[in-house]
This record gives sequence, structure tokens and C-alpha cells, in this order.
Amino acid sequence: MHIPDGFIDAPVSIAAGALAIGAVALSVKGARRELTETSAPLAGMTAVFVFAAQMVNFPVGAGTSGHLIGAALAAILIGPYAAVLAMTMVLVVQAIAFADGGLSALGLNVFNLAVVAVVAAWLVFIAVIPASARPSPRRLWLAAVAAGFISVLAAAGAFALEFALGGTAPLSAGTVTAAMLGVHTVIGAAEGVITALVVGAVAAVRPDLVFGLHRGEPAEAIAADIDAAEVSR
Amino acid sequence: VNRVQPRWNRGTVVVIGMVLAVVLAGIVALFASTSPDGLERVAEDVGFADTATDSAVADSPLADYVVGGEDTDGATWRSVLAGIAGVLIMTGVAFGGFWALTRRRREVQSPAHSNR
Repeated sequence: MHIPDGFIDAPVSIAAGALAIGAVALSVKGARRELTETSAPLAGMTAVFVFAAQMVNFPVGAGTSGHLIGAALAAILIGPYAAVLAMTMVLVVQAIAFADGGLSALGLNVFNLAVVAVVAAWLVFIAVIPASARPSPRRLWLAAVAAGFISVLAAAGAFALEFALGGTAPLSAGTVTAAMLGVHTVIGAAEGVITALVVGAVAAVRPDLVFGLHRGEPAEAIAADIDAAEVSR
Repeated sequence: VNRVQPRWNRGTVVVIGMVLAVVLAGIVALFASTSPDGLERVAEDVGFADTATDSAVADSPLADYVVGGEDTDGATWRSVLAGIAGVLIMTGVAFGGFWALTRRRREVQSPAHSNR
């Protein structure tokens, strides 16, 4: 869902860019609380994995493709603030090195895919799993599917809003909104399933690494315990 | 003590994720759908696809995930190279970025570096 240059006018692009910069600045502060030196490589790997997964477009029918956004995956694995930063890194590299997503649209893309999608995913995830816990695999699956699905619809809705405010083509905002939400319902379902598969795989071998399950402090003691056990081996 | 017996250590999880990333970007991406994505489809159907303009870096060596562009010979290998280059660039940016973020926190906490 990377927006190219030209779709959205300058004022809305600049406004989204300003909001994106504010959110990234806030996330730098927040991520310092979420991450430790030991969890930093997991965050780095998550960003690299999301970049790679985004290269794999899958067909969704009607001559259309979709690819993982990864905002929900990142939020659940490394926490929402670190996820905003990881997604932003992916989008910046894509825009600058790969001409994927416009340069003047970078603020829009960061706002939609790194901020709106992450926030939506995290709110859904914590609604299904309210506190630090060891949920059943089934509940974790449900939370991850829902987070992935809603994150895609939220990003699609954000684009529709930006188009309504600053689309350069004089077209009906309602038509664009309906079309965006329609096609992204299918893509969002795939996002949910992929998110659940990856989160489920990590949770199966190391649930203590999944931020969405430990939520920071209490389980860090367990993680430290495990790390100590690893070192002594 | 509420000790959890780890099945895999942290480094193994990170290495597996990185290997999967290389496989996805370097190999699986070759088989990716080339159909327009959701936004491109909507832009074509609703009729604003023609308002898109080329990125200022559209002629960069890695543009469109093919080293040197799509229209020349050996695009398969140059796609593989672009995917691997992407993973390398992202590794530098993301591991470097998160390392700097967490390292600086320790310095701030250290009394020797505190100037507030």
C-alpha cells in the first residue's frame, strides 16, 4: 500500500509528515523503555524480516496482489514503540534505495504503515489479551489475526482519509474509501494469518521473547534467568 | 523460581529470522505476484493511477528491486542481488539503529556521562 508521489497534494503530505516525525520522536523515547541491549538484535531482525516479507506479493484474486505490511507482527514481537521505529526504517530504505513509495509521500507512508497500522494493531491486541500473560495458543492466534486484519484496514482507511483531504484527482472520496476497504479486507485477512503464524512460531519456542506476552518488566526477570542459564551452559 | 526452560536460545531465534529474510528476499520474491497491489488496483479502477509521478530516485541502481533495471538481460540474478542487497542495507540500518538506541540509554544512565 505504498503511496507513490503525486496521489496526495503537498499540504496533506506535509501534515502527515509532521505527524509522522512527532510519532517517531515519541517512539524513540518509548522504545528505550521497551528494549534492552539483549532485545535490540530481535528488534533489528524483525525490521529486516518485515522488509524481506514485504517483497513477496501474493495474489488475492481479480488480478490483484497484496503483501504483508508487518506492523502487527512487529508490534506484537517487539512492542509498539519499537515497531514504529522498525517500520519507519523499512519504509525509509524502500523509498530511498528501491524507489518503492514516493519520496514526497514518505511522510504519508510512515504515518499510515508505521504509525496508524502499529497503533491499531496494538490496541486490538491488548483488547484481546489485556495484561502480561501466557494465553492459550488459540487466544494468541485470535489476537494476532485480529491485530493483523485491523492494522491493514486502518492503514487503508488512513489513505482514504488523506485522499479525501488532499487527493490530486477530483474523484469521489466515498468511492475511493469503499474500494480501499473492500480490496484490503482480503489482504488484511492474509495479513492476520501470516502475523499469527509468525507470532505463534516464536511463542512456541520462546514466549518470553514476545513483547505482547511479557509487556516489559515482570517477565524480564524470567528472560534474564534464561539468559543466565544460556551463558552458564 | 519460576524458571522457564528455553528450547532455543535468543541468538538462534534471531539467526533463523535472518536466514528466512534472506530466503524471502533473495529467492521467494522471484515467485511473487506481479499484479498491482491493493492501492494500485484501486487507483486503476477508480481512475487516479495516472496522477502518480516517478520517484526522484526511480533511476537508482536498486529501483524496483532489480539491480540495473528490469528491462535488460539476466533480470533473475539481478533480482536476487537486489533482494540480498536490501537485506544487507536493512541489517545495517536496523541493527545499527536499535543498537545505538539501547546503547545510548546505558550511557545516559551512567553517572559519569550525566550532565543534567
